[in-house]
Amino acid sequence: MTAAFYVSAAIAVLSTVMAITRADAVHALLYLVVSLLAAASIFYVLGAPFAAVLEVIIYAGAIMVLFVFVVMMLNLGQAATIQERSWIKPRMWIGPAALMAVLMAEVAYVLWASRKGNFAGANVIEAEQVGIAFFGPYLLAVELASMLLLAGLVAACHLGRGDERK
Amino acid sequence: MLALLWLTPALPLLGFVILFATAGRLPASAVAAVGVGSVGLSAVIALIITASFLTTPPEGDFYRQVLWRWIAIGSFNPEVAFRLDPLSLVMMLVITFVGFLIHLYSSEFMAGDEGYSRFFASMNLFVAAMLILVLADDLLLLYAGWEGVGLCSYLLIGFWYRDPANGAAARKAFIVTRIGDTAMVVGLILLFTRLGTLAIPELMERAPQAWPAGSATATAAAALLLGGALGKSAQIPLQTWLPDAMAGPTPVSALIHAATMVTAGVYLIARTHVLFELAPAIQLAVAAIGAATLLLAAFSALNQHDFKRILAYSTISQIGYMFLALGAGAWTAAIFHFMTHAFFKALLFLAAGAVMMCIGDEHDIFRMGGLWRRLPLAFASFLIGAASLAALPLVTAGFYSKDMILWGAWTSGRGGPALWAAGLIGALVTAIYIFRAVFVVFFGEMQIAARSRYGWRIAVPLGVLSVLALGGGFVETPAALGHVEAFSRLLEAVLPTQREVAAAPATQATVMAIASFAALAGVFIAYLVYLRRVRAATILDTSAVQRLHRFWLAGWGFDWLYDRVLVRPFLWFAQLNRDDAVDAVYDGVAFSSRVSHAYLSRTQTGRVRWYAGWLVAGSLAAIAIAVFA
Amino acid sequence: MAGIPLSHGLLVAVVLFALGLVGVLARRNLVFMLMSIEIMLNAAGLAFIAGGARWAQPDGQIMFILVLTLAAAEVSVGLALILALYHRLETLDADAADKLKG
Repeated sequence: MTAAFYVSAAIAVLSTVMAITRADAVHALLYLVVSLLAAASIFYVLGAPFAAVLEVIIYAGAIMVLFVFVVMMLNLGQAATIQERSWIKPRMWIGPAALMAVLMAEVAYVLWASRKGNFAGANVIEAEQVGIAFFGPYLLAVELASMLLLAGLVAACHLGRGDERK
Repeated sequence: MLALLWLTPALPLLGFVILFATAGRLPASAVAAVGVGSVGLSAVIALIITASFLTTPPEGDFYRQVLWRWIAIGSFNPEVAFRLDPLSLVMMLVITFVGFLIHLYSSEFMAGDEGYSRFFASMNLFVAAMLILVLADDLLLLYAGWEGVGLCSYLLIGFWYRDPANGAAARKAFIVTRIGDTAMVVGLILLFTRLGTLAIPELMERAPQAWPAGSATATAAAALLLGGALGKSAQIPLQTWLPDAMAGPTPVSALIHAATMVTAGVYLIARTHVLFELAPAIQLAVAAIGAATLLLAAFSALNQHDFKRILAYSTISQIGYMFLALGAGAWTAAIFHFMTHAFFKALLFLAAGAVMMCIGDEHDIFRMGGLWRRLPLAFASFLIGAASLAALPLVTAGFYSKDMILWGAWTSGRGGPALWAAGLIGALVTAIYIFRAVFVVFFGEMQIAARSRYGWRIAVPLGVLSVLALGGGFVETPAALGHVEAFSRLLEAVLPTQREVAAAPATQATVMAIASFAALAGVFIAYLVYLRRVRAATILDTSAVQRLHRFWLAGWGFDWLYDRVLVRPFLWFAQLNRDDAVDAVYDGVAFSSRVSHAYLSRTQTGRVRWYAGWLVAGSLAAIAIAVFA
Repeated sequence: MAGIPLSHGLLVAVVLFALGLVGVLARRNLVFMLMSIEIMLNAAGLAFIAGGARWAQPDGQIMFILVLTLAAAEVSVGLALILALYHRLETLDADAADKLKG
């Protein structure tokens, strides 16, 4: 199981790196799906099977399908890929990479201090426990999440209708 | 009946509110009805109150009417209360009655003016403010009236505001009197902090207990109140606004700058006479200022060409007489002269206004002449007013009041004969200058077309005031002439009678005879010089005399002096201070914010990734502080 | 079952988060930026799961589900915005929408 974690982690990191560096949107999306599936297996290893299933269904399934759908609607062809290549210059990565390095350093410092005696994934938390907690103490959060989704729905509808005045 | 007292100021105030609120939308007849009627009703009520007060005097010879408590802060509880005693009774009667006559006159004089309604609104407000001033039981309320009077004066002097010169005159009046008002406010604060009240009766009671005669505090308080009186009453050194105030319509000059407002200072001093008696130095200063002012203004009046400016200087001079009387301790004489002066000076102004109306608004007396035939009524009333002003003996009101002042000056302990001499010379010059005006305007060759066109509303006030200017003096006559003492007996409850100097009636008669002779001599000199044009009069054309003439014409150069000493340095300093160091600080703030704006706005690229990058950098910095600190 | 050291789980989450961050900052194409944001959200979810697993409590997964909800709502609105922007500007260049420039 431990090996599975590290393999999945490596796949997740590598596929994410590929995803953010691709010029073709569809390629990037496919790498992203791989990254999400790897994350799902990490969840499973960490003893959260319910979350792993949701990751596959909703993230890798529904959300990524949305992306594919939009890429299709935009009808980006070869020209867009060439345009994208011209935007990806080595110079552009310097700043973000520096920021990333600082972030990593800070987090590594914190994690180094607490590296001992903390182990995760020893117990499996089933969907039942998650559901009981969800509709028990977190009921208000569920309600809020429903409102958020409704707002997202309304906003997407409104924006998707386009400019009717045209 | 005394309970009607509050109506006397309230009615003109109501008239003001009506006229002000309708803002000229009422027809002229309604405006006249409201404007004149309110003051007329007020005068009727004043008469009723007077009758009631005289027939059944209230206890203690005063009536106090509390309307409401104005402010309540700790021990400071001024009330809006009116106090009717003989002094305020006289003032109220004169203000409402003369005010009513002037309003009646104005209703015709101002007919057709586009500001007809505005004029009556201001005039009504003026009467209301003046009544509040004289009826106030509290120095704070008195001060409210005092400022109201100043405001109306400003509004009415600048009534024809389209001409910038009139606006300048209005501002001058306002600013110059403001200097005095400031002194007065400081005086009020001093009185309140030291004596703990501003109610006049309590003040007059506590002051002698708190301060010995001649103490520094009493002197300071009296001096500060005197400052206020000097400004309002146009006495040296704050007299320069009054001649310019003639920019207003003639009835305004009659009402404000002759009959009532300028006497506010006299009233204030008479009202707070206890304070002035505690400060002999200041009381002497009052007398000296009065004497100096009356001489200076009389000589200026002698050299004016403008009909109204003659009367303006004459007003300053006559108020100088009142101050002389106040300073000499002849309180009753001052108030007596106030009353007769209100009659004859209003008469003079109204008659002069009628004359100028009939000759197309010409002001220069040397372009008039021979008008007596054409304008007999104006001539007769002006002549009566002039006679009263010159104090022609026996038949005029001015004679009795001026004689009382001169006698008071003669017998007063301080400076007696010197003050008397100043008053006497003043009387001589007064007679000369006013009869110079009479002879130049009404006699000699006719130089200008005149058409008599005044109706009853002008004629009636002239007639009534003529009667008063002649007969108003018989309420108080000297011992040698009937010895009527109605006026001083009325006032003795409020104002102390003068310390009687043991003088034989013969002396008094002699003094009176000298004064009468001076007045008659003045008339005669005016006759010789300005009508007969005797040979000796050519001396007036020599260059030295001409230079003196110009000097006096300019009012002894006070305007010039103030311009050089005060106005110009102030303007210079203001100019200098335009770009001062403090400004530099504020400019620096503006400059630095502009510069930082220029730099900071460059960070606003409009690119969402740029913003996100800085967001991340900031978050990382915050995390770094949390982790490493 | 010994499990995984918590720090390793968190490290993976942070690496993924940082990669997403780099993507947001470095890419000009709005679609890629949105994808990178998804990566960041997913990384946050991973951190919650790891934390929940450490204490053997369901709360971590609950937080993950909430993050998932948020991501779903965000993506729907974000993609709609991208479409609207593309219709208006005829490009997916994020730097082209710079009307807020000071």
